Amino acid sequence: MLRRLFQWLDERLGLTTIHDVVLDRKVPKVNWWFTLGSASLFLFLLQGITGVFLTVYYVPSPDHAYDSVQYIMNEVRFGWLIRGMHHWGANLMVLVVFIHMLRTFFYAAYKYPRELTWISGVVLLLATLGMGFTGYLLPWNQRAYWATTVGTEIPGTIPIIGPFITSVLRGGSELSALTLSRFYSVHIWFLPAVITVTIGLHLYLVIRLGISHIPDEND
Amino acid sequence: MPNSPSLTRRQFVTLVGAALSAFMGTLVGLPAIGYLLSPALERRERESWISLGPLDQYPLNQPTLFTFTRTKKHGWEKTVTSYGVYVLRTSPTQVRVFSNVCTHLSCRVRWDEEAREYICPCHDGHFAIDGAIISGPQPRPLDEYETKIEGGNLFILLREA
Repeated sequence: MLRRLFQWLDERLGLTTIHDVVLDRKVPKVNWWFTLGSASLFLFLLQGITGVFLTVYYVPSPDHAYDSVQYIMNEVRFGWLIRGMHHWGANLMVLVVFIHMLRTFFYAAYKYPRELTWISGVVLLLATLGMGFTGYLLPWNQRAYWATTVGTEIPGTIPIIGPFITSVLRGGSELSALTLSRFYSVHIWFLPAVITVTIGLHLYLVIRLGISHIPDEND
Repeated sequence: MPNSPSLTRRQFVTLVGAALSAFMGTLVGLPAIGYLLSPALERRERESWISLGPLDQYPLNQPTLFTFTRTKKHGWEKTVTSYGVYVLRTSPTQVRVFSNVCTHLSCRVRWDEEAREYICPCHDGHFAIDGAIISGPQPRPLDEYETKIEGGNLFILLREA
């Protein structure tokens, strides 16, 4: 019965083909460092799911942001777990994505024909850091407030256009409700959209080009 | 590596992978359901005894207004509701406590000393000293609270919706 249902679906959706192309593709003999891309993808999905759950109670307004986070941590059942996973997942994701980049660099896997994979990876790394930067403000506590004050001050040192960039980031000359809401919007809509599309491209390239082997004495 | 006739290496990896995924999924998935249902599962104290102070401070046969506030918390939001009650001491040891909320459309009634009646300013409802209807559009007498006296202090039982 199940087999027939699967066959019916497979004939129409091409599940076996997708499986063979995506998961059963040929790879050279590699080591554990090559698992970091999958780990990054897993962490991104985990961040996405826990993030969606956090929006159930979080309110991106200066009046309620801090209190709603306290509510999640102290009163919502397993709120500490959901937020804890999001918090530590974020830390881990930056680490894993960065080591993933180092592996690609030291194994020279960015060379022909994989330049676009590398470039899309750079976009993903920057977007991940952007997620960390925008997410850091959302608890709206003293640390978040001053970290963002300093963080948005830094591009202000660029000659001529610096102050303009700072006020674009802040949505005004100083940190306010506008800063919080635009950081929130970028954190849950803009950057996740960029990351999702870029992961699509990145994975397509990985599957299309295959992965490079570990360099040996002949390279 | 010797071949096991019943389980190939690939089947073993698939099985262990599936089992671990199911375990982790359950470990995180069940709390996630609790997380979503959390506010609905909260139990709220519906009844509480409110202290109105020493009974002796209330004069005999003279309705006296006592006001207090109650704070309700919904997540990160607090709602403060104010209550007003008329304390009528009918004898040194007996007391009746009425809500000052008119039973018609919930305006606040006020004790009129000259008329010796509670009067609702909204639609001219009149209540007797014991809360009974005298005239007006109200459907029932003033609501009365259950009382108790402990150690000379007066308490009323507040039931919150």
